[in-house]
Amino acid sequence: MTPPDAGPAGSPRDAGPEAARPVVEMTGISIEFPGVKALDGVDFRLMPGEVHALMGENGAGKSTLIKALTGVYGIDAGEILVHGEPHRFAGPSEAQAAGIATVYQEVNLCENLTVAENIMLGNEPRRLGAIDWPATRRRAAEHLATMGLDIDPASSLGSHSIAVQQLVAISRAMVVDAKVLILDEPTSSLDAGEVARLFAVVRRLRDQGVAILFVSHFLEQVFELSDRMTVLRNGVRVGEYRTAELTRTELVSRMIGRSMEVLEDLEVRTEHAVDTAQGAPFVQAVGLGRRGSVQAFDLDVHEGEVVGLAGLLGSGRTEVARLLSGADRADTGTLRVKGALTRLRTPRAAISRRIAFSSEDRKAEGVVGDLTVRENIVLGLQAERGWLRRLPARQVDEIVQRYIDALNIRPANPDALLRNLSGGNQQKVLLARWLATAPELFVLDEPTRGIDVGAKAEIQRLVSDLAGRGMAVLFISAELEEVVRLSHRIAVMRDREKVAELTNTDSVGVDDVVELIASGGDR
Amino acid sequence: MPTSPTPSAAAQTGGGTGRLGAVMRHYLFWPVFALVALLAVNTAVRPGFLSVSILNGHLFGSPIDILRNCAPLMLVALGMSLVIATRGIDLSVGAVVAISGAVALTYIAGAPDPASTTTVLLAIGLALALGLALGVWNGFLVSVLGIQPIIATLILMTAGRGVAMLITKGQITTVTSAPFKTLGAGFWLGLPVATLVAFGVFALVALLVRRTALGMLVESVGINPAASRLAGVRARTIVWTVFALSGLFSALAGLILSSNVMAADANNAGLFIELDAILAVVIGGTSLAGGKFSLSGTFVGVLIIATLSLTVTNVGISPLVTPLFKALVVAAVTLLQSPVMRRKLSARTRRRGRTAPVAPSDKPADVSTDKVVA
Repeated sequence: MTPPDAGPAGSPRDAGPEAARPVVEMTGISIEFPGVKALDGVDFRLMPGEVHALMGENGAGKSTLIKALTGVYGIDAGEILVHGEPHRFAGPSEAQAAGIATVYQEVNLCENLTVAENIMLGNEPRRLGAIDWPATRRRAAEHLATMGLDIDPASSLGSHSIAVQQLVAISRAMVVDAKVLILDEPTSSLDAGEVARLFAVVRRLRDQGVAILFVSHFLEQVFELSDRMTVLRNGVRVGEYRTAELTRTELVSRMIGRSMEVLEDLEVRTEHAVDTAQGAPFVQAVGLGRRGSVQAFDLDVHEGEVVGLAGLLGSGRTEVARLLSGADRADTGTLRVKGALTRLRTPRAAISRRIAFSSEDRKAEGVVGDLTVRENIVLGLQAERGWLRRLPARQVDEIVQRYIDALNIRPANPDALLRNLSGGNQQKVLLARWLATAPELFVLDEPTRGIDVGAKAEIQRLVSDLAGRGMAVLFISAELEEVVRLSHRIAVMRDREKVAELTNTDSVGVDDVVELIASGGDR
Repeated sequence: MPTSPTPSAAAQTGGGTGRLGAVMRHYLFWPVFALVALLAVNTAVRPGFLSVSILNGHLFGSPIDILRNCAPLMLVALGMSLVIATRGIDLSVGAVVAISGAVALTYIAGAPDPASTTTVLLAIGLALALGLALGVWNGFLVSVLGIQPIIATLILMTAGRGVAMLITKGQITTVTSAPFKTLGAGFWLGLPVATLVAFGVFALVALLVRRTALGMLVESVGINPAASRLAGVRARTIVWTVFALSGLFSALAGLILSSNVMAADANNAGLFIELDAILAVVIGGTSLAGGKFSLSGTFVGVLIIATLSLTVTNVGISPLVTPLFKALVVAAVTLLQSPVMRRKLSARTRRRGRTAPVAPSDKPADVSTDKVVA
């Protein structure tokens, strides 16, 4: 690597004496993973007494930047100053010793210990080598009090809600007298009241001079809480903004980016004219919802229609897909399939009604890595037939060959173990698994995420073709451009709620959808 | 996927070259090698070890002893393989063995005519049904209530011997019943009936598993339960089924064991057989993490364990060090089976064939760290 250059113009170091000195200053941070530049010369600074939001789409580099700061990843280039001193942390414990504490999305505490024990774990006051329990409880109570929390330090942590546990995790971070507090998606499992409580604590800490780095996919919360934000896209810093000076639309378009490196030669744009007036929808959800997952929504998908679900990550897109495919059970509302009232209790129930669901989490919920391509393709069909009625080998070979050819699966070797295939080819095998069950509704959650450009274009074309042949498709993607191109109708999700629906015409563009996501439907 | 390895590729993958290398990389190579080595040691000590003679129309000799002695373990390990393939484990098999023997013998002892075939068949049916029911109980705990398999089956492992004790009223029940004795000690067509039954069941299940889709679905559930559920596999039913089968096979093993000695010992029948069964499965190359399983591997594993027991007496190893000797052999086989060990071994053979490695560069890893004093 070359020695660091003069640094970008307007570097916070030149900010002059009137500005407070940043607690954390990262300059030109680059991290490269095999084949991927996760961060490319990113600058980031964090002031004391501010809530700074780190924004970006999935894969933009937010968590990589946090992990670079906390020493989880080593950096390939760049410099990290903490309180003006250059630092390179070898691990989170070193970062913590320097006053940088992190509270993760999942609470990393011991549920079976008391609140006091959790807060003071590893920092218990000692007397004659033994833990001084009364003092420990007293200190814990003090920490809770400074944060305005009224809970019994002697109660067991598991008896409290996730929200309180989250707050306890923050108290724990403050025991080490943290100057920097990183909150990574702290609100993803909280309801509105709990969020308000958390925010009250965060503001109190901010007013005490703690620098807070806040990561959230909930736009409203970011605008409510943060003073400043840094936007990342594809591992590059787009810019740093004052929250008050940025509109939601500007933020969303900066996160998504205008430069659509689309595949001009493979441009598929679905014919928009689908006569949805005739006949009942294939699937019709009325007031369907699930507590803690997604609020009640209405949604129809007709035969031959692609309905796109747009929204940021965590907006409830996936939750809608899971309710429509039996992966999760709805606890409110009704669902009709071909007009008949149906309750989908299991994925199996959905499959028997010809609904297929390709999960966004390919690795955890799709790929059976140690089985062959052949076995993975016929798994769904075989499961439907039951174990006794094994598919005849000739039929299996025929099906497998047909999909390997049709979807251009490489290597075209049915006996290869699926885990040895590339992401794009694994995705194609999973699509083949579902297509082999002859679905009439195909729920596709992020089918093109993390796969190469060529495979992506092939899958887009496949979706368009399937709808052309009469299949109902629910298409979910973080790439709005893709959603707009493929969908006949677009349902917009925000903060776990369906906020708008629009019929796609040639005049509808990504901007309109961005506008809807930002405004939440009510302009 | 390379289909035909070029000579250079074969040399690179290590572990020998050409066809020999391919044979050595087969997952059954080391278990079979261990079995052959054990037999060779025995033959070296006693040259007549492998000879089989005909006496009173029956086959006799050490190989026949091995085949007969391994019958109960063969059945238990069969069920264990399927359970382990679904990421489970069944610790209760030994207890089921004891219960099954206790039930059968108590029934026969209490029957008006212990020597009648009907009585014996009823006793066998009763024991098998009970074994199946106990397996269903385990399966219920694991698949419906979601209790971890090791805990769920620990319940029956602990309680089972007490149940067997209740059935036998704390006595060692003995009976005289010629038809029942046939199962464990009889011969048919010159071969031990126990062997024929165990191998027959084993072959039947092996066929069933690979001829139906059961094997694939079991593996799929073991490798990725969440994905299997979404693909429509009845994961719960499959887990339940394998536990039920494990109970059934253990009951059959219990019948063979008790028939061989014509006594039901609630305390000692099938003691530690769960550990031998797990060992046999692991030696056979099935991972305790679940997923891919190999019944032929389990088969070889069981033969190794049975041969090992006979070796101890044949070679004349002091009973004091018998457990140690067994442990050493098992440790050697599992080490040879472990992927880490194999990688190390093959890396070693590869390195030997190469020139000295390039000395690591002394260049500092990071030259761009200029101290900046703010």
